[in-house]
Amino acid sequence: MEVPILKQGQVLIATFQAALSDADLKHLRIGLVEQVVKFRSRGVIVDVTAMDVMDSFASRTLREIAQMIRLRGAETVIVGIQPEVAFAMVQLGLKLEGVATALDLEEGLEYLHEKFKETN
Amino acid sequence: MAKRQNNPQDAGRATPREAELVRSEAPSELLRELVAHLRQNRTQLREEWVSRISETRLLTAMTKEEIFAEATSVYDSYVEALETETFEALQAYARNLSERIIPRGVETHEVVGIVLLLRDVLARSLFAKYQTDFKKLNRILDAYEPAANRIANTVAVGFVQERERVIRQQQEAIRELSTPVLQVRERLLILPIIGVIDPQRARQLTEQLLRGIRTNRAKVVVIDITGVAAMDATVANHLVQTVEASRLLGATVIVTGLSPEIAQTLVTIGVDLGKMNTVGDLQGGIEQAERLLGYKVGPLAEAR
Repeated sequence: MEVPILKQGQVLIATFQAALSDADLKHLRIGLVEQVVKFRSRGVIVDVTAMDVMDSFASRTLREIAQMIRLRGAETVIVGIQPEVAFAMVQLGLKLEGVATALDLEEGLEYLHEKFKETN
Repeated sequence: MAKRQNNPQDAGRATPREAELVRSEAPSELLRELVAHLRQNRTQLREEWVSRISETRLLTAMTKEEIFAEATSVYDSYVEALETETFEALQAYARNLSERIIPRGVETHEVVGIVLLLRDVLARSLFAKYQTDFKKLNRILDAYEPAANRIANTVAVGFVQERERVIRQQQEAIRELSTPVLQVRERLLILPIIGVIDPQRARQLTEQLLRGIRTNRAKVVVIDITGVAAMDATVANHLVQTVEASRLLGATVIVTGLSPEIAQTLVTIGVDLGKMNTVGDLQGGIEQAERLLGYKVGPLAEAR
């Protein structure tokens, strides 16, 4: 499944779809980092608004994506986690530790721009 | 009326004429005879029932006119259930009746009581009618009793189910009332918790808070538990989960008002307090929240 990745200045925005297979997630892991390299992005927003379930594999993949992107000197923010999904995740112990999160795209962009100012 | 059937099994037992009489009264025919009797004597049986009701001092919350009106409906539904041998209509009526009388303070024992009284009144009238034919009385009762028991059961269960539904509704309302999520500044929510938190309330709290964060686009939430005396490890864990889930929605949580007992519980269960942002009291919590949000609050005289 193709995940749309948009470029907004120094930020890449990847919108995850509802039913991503494990294979899709694995492709995305490498794919997103390749895009960060190609466009010299400083930040990535992963929008999971459409995901109504988050299992341990997806959660781990998101952490790994954030770690890999940080190695390229860029920052990742996960946005759009739904209340029900957040609730289910913490009950399963999937905390997305070490990964920045924000309510939605707008908040995510604001967070990244603050971060960019810090490192300028 | 008599059906002429030759059943070889009965040949030795009764005279052919008696055997015919037995087979001629199939259960459904007996029921029809019974129902006819109940319809014919409707007025006097109903009146007898109503006077037994006031004798035994049931339904004291209702007026005589109300009792009479309901008694009429119950009697007719009763007879109809006997006639059709279906109980859905009776079930629906029982729930409808319960919905009306529960707010009036009618108790379960009263409803069960009056239905059993009706059962007795009707049974006695059958005894009176068939007193000269014991065998027939037995057959009539064979038809009447299972149906009457089913009716009593249906009405009682309908009443109890309606009561349980009302109680659940009230519990839900109380729970909602007791956990308001309040916006005190742009992007700042306060969740004051008072009283006892059981796991169910804790869960409801979390759901309300998460929805509130999304609706109000909150960046900081202050959960104040000054009004909570104690919490067990399960609920304490739930509090931690609430903090974590809120973070997933991009909100920071500050917990204020922890009593010494609760502080002890949190330390005992090994909560990573580095992850939990706590401040002594609500005032301090709000002040810190404002700082996080970039507000500066002070008396006007100091404003430069």
